Amino acid sequence: MDTSLFSRVLAWLPNVQLAHFLIVSAILFALGLYGMITRRNAIMVLMGLELVLNAANVNLIAFSHYGGLNLDGQVAAVFVIILAAAEAAVALAIVLNIFHRFQTVNVDEVSSLKE
Amino acid sequence: MDTFDIVFYAFAAITVLSAFVVVFSRNMMYAAFSLLFTFFGVAGLYVLLQADFLAVTQILIYVGGILVLMLFGVMLTNKVVSVDIKTGTIHTIPAMILAAIVFGSLAAVFYATWSKVPEPATSASTTTRAIGELLMTRYVLPFEVASVILLAALVGAALLARRTRKS
Repeated sequence: MDTSLFSRVLAWLPNVQLAHFLIVSAILFALGLYGMITRRNAIMVLMGLELVLNAANVNLIAFSHYGGLNLDGQVAAVFVIILAAAEAAVALAIVLNIFHRFQTVNVDEVSSLKE
Repeated sequence: MDTFDIVFYAFAAITVLSAFVVVFSRNMMYAAFSLLFTFFGVAGLYVLLQADFLAVTQILIYVGGILVLMLFGVMLTNKVVSVDIKTGTIHTIPAMILAAIVFGSLAAVFYATWSKVPEPATSASTTTRAIGELLMTRYVLPFEVASVILLAALVGAALLARRTRKS
């Protein structure tokens, strides 16, 4: 079982298909999730969030390409990028406010909305 | 193994390796700059997937906009005036377990269905015109809603970030 699985993976690697893009996006998603959970600095949490959004976009565009160049996936990706820009602007404004109020942006030290 | 595969593996390696640096580097400036390479790698994957408009949008908005915002955020929220800005980590072991579970289940689903995928599209025309037409016809309502959201978010961000003077 193990050797057959291994040889199947080896035979699968050189022939790039939809699943390869999906695996890359799964790696990006898992890394972004890990970064979002472990980082103490709020801006690093945002960077993990950007990785997760990029993973979702890779999935959308991969399915758009392999689904017969159906452009609906690419339009959805455009909306994801728009919302990511809006989210980054608002989140950084909030982070700056938190820094002015608490003199830190570590998410585990900021547990109250007001002083 | 033809050119497509080699280019795919090059961009996938750039994306994944720099994403590892983003997540595991203790230096925030290194993490922010390797996020740049992650965005470039993802843009390369978009080009491979015949999403030329999305690739250019990715570089313009992510690299030109969001990453610059991130860098300003890093530099404005730290008192040290150097590139040596460190950050700590919490909950490392549970996060690693959770990320491994998520990746394992996603990869298992993708691996179980990889032989059922259709052939890629062979059309080589540009997508910009088609995306524009879709945005103006079928997706005109989401497009307008997105523009209002963007306006509201940017006005709100400007209002939040402005330092209020206490009287």
